[in-house]
Amino acid sequence: MKPVIFVLAYLILAPFVGALLDGIDRIVSARMQRRKGPSLMQPFYDLGKLFSKEMIAVNNVQLLLNLSYLVILMIAGSMLFAGADLLMVLFILSTADMFLIMAASSDSSPFANMGASREMLQMMAYEPLTLLVAVGFYLTTGSFQVSDFLTRDYSAVIWMPGLLFGFMFTTAIKFRKSPFDLSTSHHAHQEMVKGITTEMSGTTLAIMNIAEYYEMILLLGIFFLFFVNSTWWSWIVAFVVCALIFFMETLWDNVSARVKWKTLLYSCWVVTLVAGGVNILILMLIK
Amino acid sequence: MTMIPFLIGIPAVFALIFPFVRDQKARGVIVYTGAGVIMLTTVVFTARWIADGSQVMMLYPETETVDHLMSVGDIALMCLIIYMGAKYRRIVPILLSVAQTALLLYTEFTTEVAAGPHMVVDWFTILMFIIIAFIGGFICIYTVGYMKGYHSHHKDVQDRQPFFFSMLFLFLAAMFGLVLSQNMIWMYFFWEITSVISFLMIGYTRSEEAVNNSFCALWMNLLGGLGFAVAIAWMAKVSGTVQLQDVVSAGAMLPLMCLALAGLTKSAQLPFSTWLLGAMVAPTPSSALLHSATMVKAGVYLLLRISPAFSGNLVGIIVSSIGGFTFIMASMMAIAQNDGKKVLAFSTISNLGLIVGCAGIGAEETVWAAVFLMIFHSVSKSMLFQSVGATENTLGSRDIEDMHGLIIRVPKLAYIMGIGIAGMYLAPFGMLISKWVALKAFVDSGNFVLVLCIAYGSASTMFYWTKWLAKLLCYHIPRETVKDVTRKDEYVSMIFHAATMLLLCLLLPLVAVWVVNPIVQELFGNAKDVISMSVLTTMAIMLVSIFIVPAAMFFISRRSHRELVPIYMNGINEGDNRFFTNSFGEKEHLYLSNWYLRFEFGRRHLRIPSLIIAAAALVLGFCIVIGGAV
Repeated sequence: MKPVIFVLAYLILAPFVGALLDGIDRIVSARMQRRKGPSLMQPFYDLGKLFSKEMIAVNNVQLLLNLSYLVILMIAGSMLFAGADLLMVLFILSTADMFLIMAASSDSSPFANMGASREMLQMMAYEPLTLLVAVGFYLTTGSFQVSDFLTRDYSAVIWMPGLLFGFMFTTAIKFRKSPFDLSTSHHAHQEMVKGITTEMSGTTLAIMNIAEYYEMILLLGIFFLFFVNSTWWSWIVAFVVCALIFFMETLWDNVSARVKWKTLLYSCWVVTLVAGGVNILILMLIK
Repeated sequence: MTMIPFLIGIPAVFALIFPFVRDQKARGVIVYTGAGVIMLTTVVFTARWIADGSQVMMLYPETETVDHLMSVGDIALMCLIIYMGAKYRRIVPILLSVAQTALLLYTEFTTEVAAGPHMVVDWFTILMFIIIAFIGGFICIYTVGYMKGYHSHHKDVQDRQPFFFSMLFLFLAAMFGLVLSQNMIWMYFFWEITSVISFLMIGYTRSEEAVNNSFCALWMNLLGGLGFAVAIAWMAKVSGTVQLQDVVSAGAMLPLMCLALAGLTKSAQLPFSTWLLGAMVAPTPSSALLHSATMVKAGVYLLLRISPAFSGNLVGIIVSSIGGFTFIMASMMAIAQNDGKKVLAFSTISNLGLIVGCAGIGAEETVWAAVFLMIFHSVSKSMLFQSVGATENTLGSRDIEDMHGLIIRVPKLAYIMGIGIAGMYLAPFGMLISKWVALKAFVDSGNFVLVLCIAYGSASTMFYWTKWLAKLLCYHIPRETVKDVTRKDEYVSMIFHAATMLLLCLLLPLVAVWVVNPIVQELFGNAKDVISMSVLTTMAIMLVSIFIVPAAMFFISRRSHRELVPIYMNGINEGDNRFFTNSFGEKEHLYLSNWYLRFEFGRRHLRIPSLIIAAAALVLGFCIVIGGAV
C-alpha cells in the first residue's frame, strides 16, 4: 500500500512542489542580488499563461516528443518512489532526456540544435557519477532496490560522502544552474539564445517545464536517500538537508558564471573520478 | 545426430556452386534457396534437439579419416597464404602461417592424445547456430540486392560476385564447424578458415588500400592462430589432451593465455582493433557479416567457452582489463568519427570490449550479461550495417552529416537505422539491460577498474549514438529529392532484423529464462536468476516504454491544432527554414553540423597511447605467465 501512496503523491504533488521550489529559488536569487523578486506563485502564473497561448509550433513532432519526455520522466520518478531498482531509474531517466534532445533537434534550428548538442555533452559529463552513486548505494546497503535503502540502521551518507559531494557537483547540470547551464538559460539574450528551448512555445514549453519539475523532485528524492534510515527522525533530517542542498545550488548559481564545455566535461569527470571513484574504491575494499 | 554434417556441408556445397553460375538472376535464386535451406536445417535441428530433451551431446569420438583431411586442409590454407604473401610480397603472414601449421602438424603426428568427443551440441552451440543461420542467412539475402547497387555505383571495381557469394557461404559453413568443435585441432581448422576468408573478403576490390588492410587483418588473425596452435601443442604435450573443456578444467595458465590471445585478436580488441577498422573497405555485407554473425563473434565465443577458467586468476585480470579498456577507448574514438561505418566499427569494438571484460571475470553473472550482449549486438549491428549500406547506395555517401533529415528523404531506412541505434543503447532495449547486469556483476566481483570503465564508457557511448539519432530525425526540406534504390530483398532482410529486435525486447525475460540461463548453467554447472525484477513487471515496462508511450503521445498530440511557423535563425528567415539574411543583407544557406570533439577525442590523439597501453598489458601478462610456467 505504501508504495502506491508514494507514487500517487509523487505524480500529483511533484509539479506543485517543483513549481513552489522554483518560486522560492527565484525569490532567494533575487534577494541575493538585492532585488525583491517575483511572488512565490509566479511559476504557476507562468505555466497558466503558457497553457493559455495559441498553439504555435515549428513542426508536428515536437509536442509528441516533449510529451514522451514528460511521461517517461514520470515513469522514472514513479519507479523511484515505488522503491524499485535505482539503476533502472537512472537508465530510464537518461532515456527521457533523450526525448528532450530529439525534441530540440527535431527541426533544423541552429540554436536549438546547439542546445541539443550541449545537452548531450552534459549528459556525458554527469552520467558516470550517477552510475557510481547507484553502485555506492549497492555497496553500502547490499541492494539496488530503493525500498531496501530505507530499512537500514544507518544513513548511506556515512559510507559515501565523496559520492554525495560529487552528486551535488553534477546535479547543477540537471538543475540547469550556473556554472553548468550550457544547454539552456533563463535569459534569451545570451550566446545560445534559449538553447534547447529556443523553438518551444506555449503548451510545448509548459510541458517541458512541468517535466523539469518532476525531474527536480526525482533528484531531490535521490539526495533524500543519502540521509534517510530506519528511524523516523532521519526523515526530518533528510528533508532539512535536502532543503539546504537546494539552497546551496541556488547560491552556487548566483556566485558563478557559465563555464566553457571543456571545463564542464573535465571538471565533472575529474570530480567523478576523485570524489566518486575513490569513495567506491574504499567501499569496495572495506565491504 | 545425422544432421550435423549437413549443417556444415550445405553452405559449403552452395559455396562450390557459385563459381559456375554467371547469370545474375539464377545466382539470386540460388542464394535465396541456400539461405532458406540453411535456416530450415537449423530450425529442424534445433527442434529435434529440444524434442530429444535438450541434453548436451558429445559426438564423434573416432574420426581418423576426417582428422587427416583436416591436416590436408591446414596445409592447403598455408599454401594459399604463402601464395598470396609471395604475390603481394608480404613476409609476416607467411612466417606466422608456416610456424603455426608446422607446430600443429608436428604435435599431431608426434603426440598421443587421449580420445574424446570432437563435437559438442549444447545450448550455447544452438544459440550460435541460430545467430549464424538467421543473421548470416539474411545478410546473404541482403547481399543479392546490395551487390547490384554496389556495382552500378563502383564501376571501377571488377565484378567478382560469384567469388563473394562463395566466400559468404563458406564463412557460414566454417562458423557452424567452429561452434560445434570441442576438439581444439578441429576448432583451429575452422578458425583458420575464417581468418583466411575474411582476408579474401576484405581484399575484394583489389585496390591498394584493400590489399593493405586485408594483409593487416591476415597477420593479426594469424598471430591469434599461432597462439591457438601453441595452446594446442602445450595441452597435448603436458596434459595429453586437446579437448577444450580440459583446458578449462586443467586451468593451466599458458594455454589459457594463448587462447585468450587468439580470442582477443579475432574479436578485434586493443591492440588488435586496427584490422576491423580496415575491414570497411570491403562491400558492406562483408562488414555486416564480420561484425555481427561471424568472425568477431567467434572470438568472444571462444573466450566465453573458456571463461569459467578465467575466474580470479591473472589471465582473467588481463583479459577483463583489456576488454574494459577497449570498451572505453573505442567509445571515445567513435565520438570523433563522421563516417557511418567507422562509427559502427568503433562501436563493435567497444561493445565486444564489454563482452570480453565480462568473459574475463568469469563469473555466472558476467557470462550471463555477455551472452545477452552478444545476442543483441548481433541483431542490431547487422541491421545497422545493412541500413548504412543501403543509405550509401541511395545517397552516394555514408557520411553521417549527409544523413541530415534522413527521416524526410528516405523514411524507411531512417526508421530501421533508428531502431538499430535505439537497440544499441536506449533504456528498454536489451543492450542496456545487459550493461546493467554487467555493472552489478563487476561490483560483485570487486573489480574497481571495470566499474569505472563501464561508468565512463556508457556515457561516451550515449553521446555518439544520440548525435547520430538526432541527425536522422532532424526535420528539414531536402535540397534535392533522392530516389530510394534499395531493393526488395534488402528490405526483407532489414525488416526481419527490426522485427527481431523489437520482439527480443518484448520477450526479453523469456529469452533470459529459456536461452541464457541454460547456457550459464552448462558453463558453470549452476545458474542464478540474474534479472532481479519479476518477469511480468519487466515485460510491462518494456511494452509501456517502447510501444504505448510514443503511440499514446502520438494520438494525443495529433488532436491539438497548431499553426506552423518558421524557425528562429538570428537573422531574417527567408521563409523555408533553409536560408537567412546575413549581416550583409545577403541570402545565406544554413548548414548544421554535428559536434565531433575531434581535438579531444580524435583517433590521432587516442590511438597510439591506447595501443601502447593495451599491448603493454598483454606483453606483461605473457611475461608473467611464461615466467610462472617455466
